[in-house]
Formats: sequence, structure tokens, C-alpha cells
Amino acid sequence: MGPLIPNGFLSYEWNIIIAVLIGLAFGFILEASGFSSSRKLAGLFYGYDFAVLKVFFTAALVSVIGLSYMDYLGWIDMTQLYVHPTYLWAAIIGGAIMGIGFVAGGFCPGTSICAVAIGKLDAWVYVVGIMIGIVIFSESFGTFESIYNDIHLGNITLVDSLGIPASWIILSVTALALIAFFISDVVRKRVKKVFY
Amino acid sequence: MNSDKNNRHVYWNPYFGGFLLGLLIIFTFYMTGRGLGASGVMKSSVVTVVDQVSHEHTLNNAYYSRFVEEGQSPMNNWLVFETLGVLAGAFLSGSLAGRIGFRVQHSPKITVKRRLVFALLGGVLFGLGAQIARGCTSGAALSGMAVLSTGGFITMIAIFGSAFLFAYFFRKNWI
Repeated sequence: MGPLIPNGFLSYEWNIIIAVLIGLAFGFILEASGFSSSRKLAGLFYGYDFAVLKVFFTAALVSVIGLSYMDYLGWIDMTQLYVHPTYLWAAIIGGAIMGIGFVAGGFCPGTSICAVAIGKLDAWVYVVGIMIGIVIFSESFGTFESIYNDIHLGNITLVDSLGIPASWIILSVTALALIAFFISDVVRKRVKKVFY
Repeated sequence: MNSDKNNRHVYWNPYFGGFLLGLLIIFTFYMTGRGLGASGVMKSSVVTVVDQVSHEHTLNNAYYSRFVEEGQSPMNNWLVFETLGVLAGAFLSGSLAGRIGFRVQHSPKITVKRRLVFALLGGVLFGLGAQIARGCTSGAALSGMAVLSTGGFITMIAIFGSAFLFAYFFRKNWI
């Protein structure tokens, strides 16, 4: 039956109301988890705070396991969900540039919006930076176009790429995450505390 | 313990926050068939501003022109409404915890100016990278992983891998 709006169970006007409500919950959860603090976010990269790892991977696991069960029970049709397309070089190079931006600025776009909302001026500056970055990309689109479009593999999933069933992939990712959670607690005990 | 100052940094248990975020992603896919996003609103804002300055320029630019339709504002977009909610939700959470206030957060070892310069630089890089990868940590990595998108996983590994790799060069800003 799901997804509801694309299948016409709810009229399009609801889409906007639902967008605001989903955003409200998204912002509340991120802020309450401490993601409006750049010093907490950056803690992941220096081993003094692993909130990013724990929140991010718990969310990924809950959502992928939940969606799979809902698909199995017939509540949602997984084939109708939007799968972020794979452009190999764009994903690698774009991701690598974002990583440098993350550790230099201490935010990602979603967390910077939360920090903007509670008055962090460094986040305001960060958002201005993002917009400058978008202008640079757009104005020199010709330069980036080959990276942007190279090796387009379509809307593929790990099931297509690895040729193993989804259940095994989800189980492996879950195991990896549990190991990462365990290691992060060990590391945190050994690293010098940073107060912020 | 001077509880007043410490309370500002009392956050949810990360597994609890992650669990709720996971449920929210499921709900978002169940309702709309798509995931969450964050950098999209900044792209819409840039396109809107550039379009106001010179409509001709947006039409001639190979990238901007993808996001303008005649008679439709680029701000009339799902992600823009979602982001209005994010601002309100974060403000609500910050208010309840007493975290609202204009300030620059930085390590005591660096100056405000240095923090702002690096924030701007980091933003420029993240904005650029998010356009190349067609999404940021929310839209590409997190929402991608929820549906096992190969690109989502690669982007996630690239973001965190490169951040760990380059963390050494920025250590003075944080520790």
C-alpha cells in the first residue's frame, strides 16, 4: 500500500504539511542528540565523542531493517522507493570533498541548519559557505561535468552490486555497526577527555 | 557541579536519538517514497537568488537551468518546507534545554576569527562536494543507506573516510 502519497492514498496538498511535520521531528531529534554542536560532531574524528557514529548508524539500521520488514509484510513496496543513483566518481570525489569540509567546519548541512536555529553564529557562516560552494560548482559546471556524470550505474542497490540477498547484507551491516559501537566505547575511555 | 552550565550539554542517549531518527526515516519513505534531505534547500535558495539577479543567467547556465521551471518558484519544493520544519524543531528542542543564544562556539585554544574562517571554508567545500555527489549526509548517505543504495554507501564511506584522513591537519581547531 505504501508509499502513501505517490500511490494516491493522500492528496498532494498533504505533502507540504507532512514535509513541515517531518522536518520538525528531524530538527528536534538532531538538536536533542547534540548535533547543533560542532565540537560534539567533530569529536568522532578525534575519538572524544562518538555520538555521530552511534546516532547515524542506529538510524540507518533501524530504517533499513524496518523498511525490509514492512516490505515483507506487504505494507510498503520497496521497488517504488527512491534509490539514490550511483555515479561512481561523483560519489567518491564528492564524498571526499564533503569529508574535508566536515572536519574543517564541524558541521554537515542538516546539522548546520539546527545550529543556525539555536543561534550559533559559526553555523550561519558555514551555511553562507555552503551557498558559495554551490555557486562555485554551478558557475564552473563545465569543469565538474565529467566527474558529475562519469560511470553512471543507475539506481542500483547493494543487492545488485554484490549479488547477495538483502537479508545477508543487512545482517553484515548490523554486525559491523555493533563492532564499531563496541570499539568506539573502548577508544573513548583511552582518549583524553575534551570538555566543551 | 555548577549544574546550570553543565545542563546545556545534556543530550539524549545517542542510541535513543538514532532509534527515533530511524523511525522518522521509515515514516518519510512510507509517506513520500523518498528520504530526508538538507543541502537541497541551500541549492534552491542559491538558484532563487541568482534567478532574481539575472533570469537570463540561470537559463543559460547548464546547472541552474535544471531547477527553474516557468511560472514556478524554486522555493516551492518539498525540501524547503521540510527545512522550515527543521529550523522550528531545532529551535523547540534548544528552547526546552536552554541552549538558545547568539554565540560562536569554538575551542578555547583558537580565536573566534579562526573558527569563522574555517567554518566558511568547510561550508564552501561541503557545498561543492554535496553538488558533485548529488546529496549530503542526509539525502545521499543516510537516506541512501536506508534503501541499500550503492551510491549512498559509497558516499557515506567517502565522507567519513576522508574526514578521518584529514582530521590530523585540522586537529588544532578541535583538541
